[in-house]
Amino acid sequence: MRSLTTVGLMTAMTFGGAIADSPRINPERQNELVHLVRQDCGSCHGMQLRGGLGPALTPETLKDKPVESLVSTILHGRPGTPMPPWSTFLSESEAVWIVDSLQRGFPDAR
Amino acid sequence: MRARISIFLLLALGVLAGCAGTNLRGTGDLGVVIERASGSVQILDTTQRTSLAKVEGLGDLSHASVSYSRDARYAYVFGRDGGLTKIDLLTRRIDRRIIQGGNSIGGAISPDGKLVAVANYQPGGVKVFDADTLALIADIPAIGADGARSKVVGLVDAPGQRFVFSLFEAGEIWVADMHDPKRPVLRKFTGVGREPYDGMITSDGRHYAAGLFGEDGVALLDLWNLDAGIRRALVEFGRHGEKLPVYKMPHLEGWAATGNQIVLPAVGKHEVIIADQTSWKEIARVPVAGQAVFAVARPDGRQVWINFAFPDNDTVQILDLPSQRIVQTLKPGKGVLHLEFSPRGEQVWLSLRDENRIEIYDPDSFARIGTLPAQSPSGIFFTVRAHRIGL
Repeated sequence: MRSLTTVGLMTAMTFGGAIADSPRINPERQNELVHLVRQDCGSCHGMQLRGGLGPALTPETLKDKPVESLVSTILHGRPGTPMPPWSTFLSESEAVWIVDSLQRGFPDAR
Repeated sequence: MRARISIFLLLALGVLAGCAGTNLRGTGDLGVVIERASGSVQILDTTQRTSLAKVEGLGDLSHASVSYSRDARYAYVFGRDGGLTKIDLLTRRIDRRIIQGGNSIGGAISPDGKLVAVANYQPGGVKVFDADTLALIADIPAIGADGARSKVVGLVDAPGQRFVFSLFEAGEIWVADMHDPKRPVLRKFTGVGREPYDGMITSDGRHYAAGLFGEDGVALLDLWNLDAGIRRALVEFGRHGEKLPVYKMPHLEGWAATGNQIVLPAVGKHEVIIADQTSWKEIARVPVAGQAVFAVARPDGRQVWINFAFPDNDTVQILDLPSQRIVQTLKPGKGVLHLEFSPRGEQVWLSLRDENRIEIYDPDSFARIGTLPAQSPSGIFFTVRAHRIGL
């Protein structure tokens, strides 16, 4: 009973921390998103996200851009440019997590 | 005294010859695979179907490509981070390496093998280097008629000691005559169409085609008759139905030129187009599994192997040209990024990025005949490219 409570408390603390910073995405899905961004977004933006045919996605280039418009670009693409919509593959909270992570400095693949 | 020196020389030569004798081999059955995440390449042997060595320290290799020296001994690796690395396939080491730009996309080697050119996104332009020493020889900033620097895409070599390339933002195609390497003579074609995203040259070196992302069709230049200017070809191809999202740009270098036919991935359509290479008119359209990225012809030109953009990048389809039908659909694994045939086409090697391996197939039976471990492999480049125009 006691150990169960501890586990419950730890779980709550972990998720509590995550909610405060960025959307709740489980660690397994986070790994998938890191892979997707580095590998598939990377085919235009560069695996190091320093740009290619598409613009750089580094904290410096994104820091002054509003989160909502970046999320919208990911989900719906940018008509008139090669940026495609990713809403078939990503939920809104996943797009928010990606934008948040990009603005902080995107994690490496694990 | 003199005699003694001669004896020493003879002895020294004998030792050298002995060393060379033990390692003597050709490079015609070799190649490299890019390991994009770890900044390394492996040197491959298509006779033994094995990896001979791993060479590390090449920087950011996402979207790296390779050209070969005319003796097929050295591989020039063009890295995304502006790195240009010359690898010796025989000693299996880096011969020279420079950082030549901020962000690059590919390169080419001149017909005489003396010049290596690199296409840069940032700062937009082409830099030309001595193929031997990698010393800078010429710098060509890509400032278009719009007055701004453009990203350079689709850089190829062309007969007549020329390089040809496209300017993405400005929508231009430039031909650089390199007979005087320090002073390139440029011929600029403006207004070729919106957003040329890649370019290719036909295997006979006559036509340069730039694929347009911003509008339908390709911008076509006849290098035998520059005065005729740019014409638009295959415009009808994009003009039916709704365009689908493109999650990875098709590559045009892989556009398969097979005798008198050419096979092209459509942009925003899950189709490939078969066109006549002389008239550049559409012959047929074939539905395929997704957005095609590479369409690579078997060296005999009978079939074309096609891979796809995310999310269909676990699939490879084989198009039979005489019947214009897909005759085989393979699911080799996740993240099929590239494919390359051995020089006479009895093997085809596939890189499976997300499976961390290379697979070797028999193109006659479609059976898997080998597999090799590789870390996040992307482009595979065999030395047969050393002797092909435009590669």
